[in-house]
Amino acid sequence: MDISFNEDQVEIRNQARRFFENECPIEYVREMFEDERGFTDEIWAKMAEMGWMALRIPEEYDGIGLGLTDLCVVLEEMGRALSTGPYFSTVVLAAEALIEAGNDAQKQAYLPKISTGETRGTLALFEPDSGPDPGYIQMEASSEGDGFVLNGTKLFVLDAHTADFMVCAARTEAGDDPAQGVTLFLVDTKAEGVSITPLVTMDRTRKQCEVKFGGVKVSKDDVLGEVDKGWGPLLKVLQKAQIALGADSVGGAQKAMEIAVEYANIRHQFNQPIGAFQAIKHQCANMLVDVEGARSLFYYTTWAMEEEEPTTASIAASAIKAFAADAYRNVTTSGVQVLGGIGCTWEHDMHFYLKRAKFNQVTLGDSAYHREEVMRLLGV
Amino acid sequence: MDYRFNPEDEEFRKEVKAWLAKTFPEDEAPLKMETIEDRVNAYRSTQKKLFDAGYAGIRYDKKYGGRGGTMIEEIIVAEELAPYGATHGYGLNAIGMGMAGPVLNTQGTEEQKLQFLPKLLDGTHIWCQGFSEPNSGSDLASVSTRAVREGDHYVVNGQKIWTSSAHIADYCMLLVRTNPDVPKHKGLSYLLMDMTLPGVDVRLVKQLTDESEFCEVFLDDVKIPANMLVGEEDKGWGIALTTLMFERVMGDLNTANAFMREFHRILEMAKDVKRSGKPVLENAMIRQKLAQAYIELMVLKYNGFRGLSEVVQGGVPGPQGSIGKIIWSELHQRMSELALDIEGPYNQLMKDSAINMDDGFWQYTFLRAKGNTIEAGSAEILRNIVGERVLGLPKDMARAALKERS
Ligand SMILES: Cc1cc2nc3c(=O)[nH]c(=O)nc-3n(C[C@H](O)[C@H](O)[C@H](O)COP(=O)(O)OP(=O)(O)OC[C@H]3O[C@@H](n4cnc5c(N)ncnc54)[C@H](O)[C@@H]3O)c2cc1C
Repeated sequence: MDISFNEDQVEIRNQARRFFENECPIEYVREMFEDERGFTDEIWAKMAEMGWMALRIPEEYDGIGLGLTDLCVVLEEMGRALSTGPYFSTVVLAAEALIEAGNDAQKQAYLPKISTGETRGTLALFEPDSGPDPGYIQMEASSEGDGFVLNGTKLFVLDAHTADFMVCAARTEAGDDPAQGVTLFLVDTKAEGVSITPLVTMDRTRKQCEVKFGGVKVSKDDVLGEVDKGWGPLLKVLQKAQIALGADSVGGAQKAMEIAVEYANIRHQFNQPIGAFQAIKHQCANMLVDVEGARSLFYYTTWAMEEEEPTTASIAASAIKAFAADAYRNVTTSGVQVLGGIGCTWEHDMHFYLKRAKFNQVTLGDSAYHREEVMRLLGV
Repeated sequence: MDYRFNPEDEEFRKEVKAWLAKTFPEDEAPLKMETIEDRVNAYRSTQKKLFDAGYAGIRYDKKYGGRGGTMIEEIIVAEELAPYGATHGYGLNAIGMGMAGPVLNTQGTEEQKLQFLPKLLDGTHIWCQGFSEPNSGSDLASVSTRAVREGDHYVVNGQKIWTSSAHIADYCMLLVRTNPDVPKHKGLSYLLMDMTLPGVDVRLVKQLTDESEFCEVFLDDVKIPANMLVGEEDKGWGIALTTLMFERVMGDLNTANAFMREFHRILEMAKDVKRSGKPVLENAMIRQKLAQAYIELMVLKYNGFRGLSEVVQGGVPGPQGSIGKIIWSELHQRMSELALDIEGPYNQLMKDSAINMDDGFWQYTFLRAKGNTIEAGSAEILRNIVGERVLGLPKDMARAALKERS
C-alpha cells in the first residue's frame, strides 16, 4: 500500500502549478470569463506544448499514453487555477470517446491532431428535457441511404463554439433504455445544418452552447463504435469525466479554503482575527473535513477505475462526482460567508469558485442522480 | 498510488480467515451474550484463543506476548475479527487495546510492560480510562483528583465520571494532579490503578439507552504504588494526549468496517419494511439518504487508508486524525437516525417489544451514537483542534488570555 503520487506525478503537478501561476493567473481567468471564446490560442498552444493534450492518448496515435491518475493530477491543478478553455471537452470528453469507441481510421484522423492541439472536440449529449440525466437521449438519427440524418437540439454542449468536431449521441432506434438504440456520431461543427449558439451562463470559466441539428447528414464512416450500442462506451467516458470533475472540485475547493482561511487570519473585528471566533473557525474546519474527505475519495477513485472490477469502479465514479462537487459547493458557500461583504463582490475571487462548484454539481448528472446510480449499482 | 496490500499480507489474511473458520465454526452453539458477565466471559475466552494463536498483539514485541508484526497485519486481523464482536465479545476491551496497550508500549517502564502487556493481550485484564471528572470534561487539563506522594505510594482522592467499563475493569489509566501550584497542564501525572484497591468505589450511571456502560468512580485515600507512575511525575499531560491520538489512528478504519456492516443491515431492513404497503426501499428520499451514507462510508474508509499509508510509510499520526473522528461520529448519527426513518412508527419499539424491528438494535444505536460527538473529544473541540492546529487559525482571545493566567 502506498497512497501517494509517484515522482513523475509530483513533477507533473509542480509543472502544472507553476504553469498556471505564471501563464494563467487570476487576471487571465477574469478576462476569459468575459470573453466569448474563453481562451487564447497562445495559452492553448502552450498547454499542448506541456504535453497535456497528449497525456492519455496512446503512443501509436502520437500521444504519451499515461494513466487516468496522471491526467487527474493536471485536472486538479486546473481546478485550483479555475482554468478556462476547452481542455475538459476536448481531452476528457471527445478524446476519451475516440479512445473508447473509435476504429483505427477514426483514431488516426483525430487523435494525433488532438495531441498537438490542432483539433478540438466536444460531446453533445444533454437535451432540453433530459434534466440532469445523461441517459435520457431522444434526439433522432434516422437512416438515409447508407448514412444517417440528425435532427434535434442538444443543450449545455461544452465549448461547441470553438470545437472542430462533436461526438453526438442520438437515437437510431426508438425507446427509453439508453443501453439499446443510442448511437454515437462524429459530427463536424461546420457541417451543414449545424447551428451553434453560446449560452449566457453562471460559471463562465466554462462555456456552454445550444447546438441545433437541422437535417445534418453523417456518413456511416462517422459512426463511432457500433450502431445502437453507443451507451456502453459512452458510459465509460462519462465515468472518467465524473472523476475529472471530481479532480477539478478537489483542486478548486482546496484553493477556496486557503483563500478563506487566509482572510480569517488577517481580518480583525472586535480586536481579534475573525478566525479566532468559533463560528468562523468551525466553518473553516468543516471546509477542511470536506476537502480532505473528497481528496481521499478522489485518490481512491482514480486508482479504482483502473484496478477494481467494473461495478466497484462505477460506484466510486458516481460517489466522487456527487461528493466532491457537493464538498466544493459547501466550501465556497461558507467561503463567501467567512469573507462577509467583500465575498459578495465581483472584485473578490471567491464567486468564481462558487460558480464553478455549481457547474460541477449539475454537469454530467447532479448529485441526486449519482446517488441513485450508487443504489442501482449496489443492486437495490 | 496503490491501495492493495502486499501478496504476503494477503497470504496472512487467508491464514487468519482459515484459523477463524476452524476456531469459531459457524455451526458451533452460540456463546451466551445476554448480560455483561456473559459478554466479559465471551471476550476473555475469545481473546485467550487469539493470544494462544499469536493473533492478539500484532505489533507488540514477542517478549510481551505480541507477534512482532506490522500495522497492516493488525488491520487485517481487525477487519477479519470485526464480525465476531456481537457473537464472541471481540473488541469489548477496546479501551485497553486501543489506548492502555499503546501507551504502555511506548511510554511504560520495562517492568510495567512485562507486568501488564501479556495480561492485556491474553484477555486477563480489562482496562478503563479515568480522565473526565465532574468539573473537567473538554477542559481536561483542569482535573482536580489529587495524588500526594507519601513514601513509595501516591495517596489519591477525588472523583472520576463517565468512566466506561469501570464496573468490569481490572485496571484504570488515571489522570491525577500531583502539583497544584503550577499552570494546569504542568502538574498532571498518569497512574495505573488497580480497581480492587481499598477506597475505589464504582457506581454505575444509567444512560439514555436504558443501559449502564459508564460509571462514577470515587477515590478515597487510595494508595497507589509509586512504580505505577507512567513517565515522569507532573508530565502526565503529554501522555494523556498521546492516549487520545492512539484512540484515533485505528478509529477511522475500525469504524468504517463496523458501519459498513451496519449499512448493509439497514439496507436489508429497508427491503422488508413497508410504507403505504410498499418496501421503504422504493422511497426516493430514503434511497438518496442511503446512497449518501454509503458514499460517506467510502470517504471514511479511504480517508483512513490515507492515514494508514502515511503511518506505514513511516509518518506519525497528527492532529489530522481529528478529521476522521469528525466524519465518523456525525455519519454514525445520521445513519442510525436513517434506520429509525426507515422503521417509521416501529421506531418507537424498544428491544423488549415482541414486534420490534431488528431486535431494537437501532433504538439503542441511535441513542448510543449521541455520545459519539461527545466522547473522545467533542465535535466542537475537534473543530477547534482542526482549525487551530491544522489550518493555523488563531486561538480565541478569551481562551488564550485564560491560559496565560492559569
Ligand atoms: C458514551 C461516553 C463514554 C465516555 N467514556 C469515557 C471514559 O471512558 N473515560 C473518560 O475519562 N471519559 C469518558 N467520557 C467523557 C467524555 O470524554 C466527556 O464527556 C467529554 O470530554 C466532554 O466533557 P463534558 O461531558 O464535561 O462536557 P463539557 O466539556 O462540559 O461540554 C459541554 C458542551 O460544551 C462544548 N464545549 C466545551 N468546551 C468548548 C470549547 N472550548 N469550545 C466550544 N465548545 C465547547 C462541548 O463541545 C459540549 O458540546 C465518555 C463520554 C461519553 C458520552
